[in-house]
Amino acid sequence: MMGSEPHAQVARWRPMRRALRARRARSPILVGWLFVVPALVMYAIFVLQPLALTVQYSFYDWDGVGPATWVGLSNYSRVFTDPDLLGTIFNSFKLLLFFSVIPVTLGLITASVIHRVTTGRFGSTARAIIFLPQIIPLVAAGIIWGWLLSLPGLINQLFKAVGLESVTRAWLGDFDTALPSVGMIGIWVLLGFCTVLLQTGMAKINTDLYEAARLDGAGWFAELRAVTIPGIRYEIGVCLTVTAIAALAAFDIVYVSTGGGPGHATAVPGIQIYIEAFLQRRVGLASALAIVLVLLVLIVILPIQRLSRGSDR
Amino acid sequence: MKAPRAELYLGRMFLVALMLFTVLPFLSIFLTALQPSGSLPSGLAWPTNPQWGNFIEAFKVANMNKLLVSSTLIVLGVVPVSLIIGTMAGFGIGLLRIPGARFVLILFIFGLTLPIEGIIIPLYYLAREMGILNSRLAIILPLIGLFMPFSVFWMNAHFANMPNEITESARVDGAGTWDLFRRIHIPLARAPIASLAILLSVWTWNNFLIALVLVEDPSQRTMAGGLGAFQGHYATNIPLLCAGTIIILLPTLLVFIVLQRQLITALLQGSVKG
Repeated sequence: MMGSEPHAQVARWRPMRRALRARRARSPILVGWLFVVPALVMYAIFVLQPLALTVQYSFYDWDGVGPATWVGLSNYSRVFTDPDLLGTIFNSFKLLLFFSVIPVTLGLITASVIHRVTTGRFGSTARAIIFLPQIIPLVAAGIIWGWLLSLPGLINQLFKAVGLESVTRAWLGDFDTALPSVGMIGIWVLLGFCTVLLQTGMAKINTDLYEAARLDGAGWFAELRAVTIPGIRYEIGVCLTVTAIAALAAFDIVYVSTGGGPGHATAVPGIQIYIEAFLQRRVGLASALAIVLVLLVLIVILPIQRLSRGSDR
Repeated sequence: MKAPRAELYLGRMFLVALMLFTVLPFLSIFLTALQPSGSLPSGLAWPTNPQWGNFIEAFKVANMNKLLVSSTLIVLGVVPVSLIIGTMAGFGIGLLRIPGARFVLILFIFGLTLPIEGIIIPLYYLAREMGILNSRLAIILPLIGLFMPFSVFWMNAHFANMPNEITESARVDGAGTWDLFRRIHIPLARAPIASLAILLSVWTWNNFLIALVLVEDPSQRTMAGGLGAFQGHYATNIPLLCAGTIIILLPTLLVFIVLQRQLITALLQGSVKG
């Protein structure tokens, strides 16, 4: 385009452009930064500053009111030796299975089923319905399932209907079943998200690959393994990342459905931080656990990022 | 037909089962909400004498009108400001490519992985110091800060993909940076800004931990925060609790039904970009 323009016109433009460029040369850095500053200020005041303060608090013994005393790393050593505190970290790893591994695996199966056997209306209806729990507040999910899993609730009613009266119990109140039951709520909330995200990824895979796989006589599973999973590695990574953060930082569902009980059976770091900081007034200890949680999230999700972005993206 | 008959049949059975798994909990609380207030019904029982009055009672005892106003005020306080400053920052980083843009972007991305638990303790003491504890500002200001990583990242992804020619030709016409932003690029960014607005509204509406810690009076909280308090008071009155839960779900549910496609797309793009 530029090359075809008459020389005269280009010449006429030149001084003006030079002037423009000169003006741009001194202002853009400043002007550009002005665009970023408001966001950066809010982020710095309400996220970065508190994060730094959490680190600071974690080295002190403080009840939130009186003077604070420097205690070095002793809050951290307590986090790793007190069985109640360390237990919350183990619990959050167990939740990884329910909030992350199961929804992603089941979501993968569901998405491939939708992709393979549904056409138009049925597929999109299934998608929308399965997605539904994702948009309601987690608090509501906790309340709904708190009722379903209670003694007179739907779950026990279903077990009775098929003659399994012996397994009925207050699922969230039983030491053995409380954590898996909380996990169940996580599956309900996160399955739709994983399904829809993975299915969107599958829709982008070149259909020729599926044709070829079918010509080779590949069944559902062979196709899933050879074509689908390699094709949506990135989406799987995203699913694992989002759900892993949801598992490790779980708070709302647990607070509403069990409050961490019975005993410490479902206590996760989020709940323990809340209890220590705002009910027990052990601010330093709570802060140390909070920093451990922040690091834990990074340790878990960084390898996932590397795997999914890997070589091809 | 895409697959063999038997497989089609099996696959659809599987999907129907999953849909039941998703919907039955909603059905259960709906039917329970219609049982007599204070009674102890069973999980899935047809109400012989449906008590629609439970919804009115729950609306009253949960101070639902106040809660609706409060949540709306909080959304209005959080979302417009977040959209404006988030879009500006995305523009500065993705399109103007200010020096240090990469570093600033990484700083924001780090925030995407940060659990709220990591900052909630100092937020309480900061809010107390600033004198905003127990007011809606104590929810609004931290939420704006917390939404910055995602907003900036989201808008950066849009602006970084805008073709240079648009900017160049506007510059040639003598547009200053502000005009370029306001007149050229904002209109072009309407779709991602709309998605961002939907996402931030839902997240604000559903936020629980910040509301729980920073605001004691449930009627000054978000919907989710109010629901948490309601559950604390009415945990034993199951039909009323279910009715209250449904009332609180209703607004988001309606938004979902109306904006189903946009909402799903927005949530998905949001996570893929993140």
